[in-house]
Amino acid sequence: MTQTTMPPARQIAASVLDPELPMVTIEDLGILRDVTEDDQGRVHVTITPTYSGCPAMETIREDIVTTLELSGYRHVDVEFVLSPAWSTDDLTDAGRDKLAEAGIAPPGPVHAAGGPVALSLSVRCPQCGSLDTRESSRFGSTACKSLWVCRTCREPYDHFKAL
Amino acid sequence: MNDRPLFEYTLGLADDALVSAQRMGWWISRAPELEEDVAMANIGLDQVGQARSLLTYAGELEGEGRTEDDLAYLRDDREFRNVKLVERPMTDFGVAMARLLMFSTYQLHLYRALSAGSDATLSGIAAKAVKEVAYHVDHATHWVLRLGDGTDESHTRMQAALDAEWPYVDELFGSRAPSLAGRVVDPAELRDPALTDVRRVVGEATLTVPEVPTALGGGRQGLHTEHLGFLLAEMQHLHRSHPGATW
Repeated sequence: MTQTTMPPARQIAASVLDPELPMVTIEDLGILRDVTEDDQGRVHVTITPTYSGCPAMETIREDIVTTLELSGYRHVDVEFVLSPAWSTDDLTDAGRDKLAEAGIAPPGPVHAAGGPVALSLSVRCPQCGSLDTRESSRFGSTACKSLWVCRTCREPYDHFKAL
Repeated sequence: MNDRPLFEYTLGLADDALVSAQRMGWWISRAPELEEDVAMANIGLDQVGQARSLLTYAGELEGEGRTEDDLAYLRDDREFRNVKLVERPMTDFGVAMARLLMFSTYQLHLYRALSAGSDATLSGIAAKAVKEVAYHVDHATHWVLRLGDGTDESHTRMQAALDAEWPYVDELFGSRAPSLAGRVVDPAELRDPALTDVRRVVGEATLTVPEVPTALGGGRQGLHTEHLGFLLAEMQHLHRSHPGATW
């Protein structure tokens, strides 16, 4: 047996990809909260949504169950929790790197919600690294992203919004 | 669990979010630009998410086994507890932004207070939602400033939108049931801080806070405008035509 840093069930669950951002795992995103396994081999997985209305949650649930079942786990249940609320600060460094490699500018640090309208800082272009960029749409292809354009290399790109 | 006053309170919050989301969805393909189609769809999606969590909790509080889908799709208009602000049709983009500014500012104060409240479930839902709603307020603020302090035409229409929506603002701040004192946020206490925020944006947008009489309330008691029935007919049609269907 090889030594692993995580229990096997957790390692397997952690490999599940986000269906809307398939370059990162649910572990990278920080939405995999907990995986417990009892002595009967029953696995209980706890995940949290990025946004309240995230439509990917059902697919993620099915993917977790299927992935664990393919590894021989017979009884898997997945629980959704809201508290404590997920934040983009929960994204791992590995997750941020994978997003940037895929051309999605990772989020900056989170500002306190509900404060005065925040000064928008520039978001570095993931293609050429320029800071001469502008937001072209405050909302993007998924709830967690906005759309930006680089003035230097002219490429449009997604930005994972700080939440 | 059977907690009728808290059930009614939670249902009010859920129905506000759900009905508002349905109206936001109407704008998809009708907004003034493609980016705004996406924005309104996303805002509506956040509201649907909030409504789902709240309806699920309402079902638990009622203790009669009703799920979020039962509550969303199988109640008639008289059983809905949303305010009239969110149910009326809006075919002018200025009206949509005026309403979003009022509604999301109210929600921001509500969720912020609820997230610090004693009910653990409501607190969890609110702590999640407050971050989403802050972005909605920001979005509505940008548009009200841009349209109010824009051209003569956009200023005139933005002012007309405020005038049309303002009579319905008051209902958001109706008191919770006396028996809920100390358990949940009293919307009446949110009136001053929320309206101060809205007035500041209105002033900065070179618009005038309307001096208009308050519209008749009653939404929290199930008394709605005729428009809610049509909205529900569209929203509930598929579910009622195919009971129990899943995919």
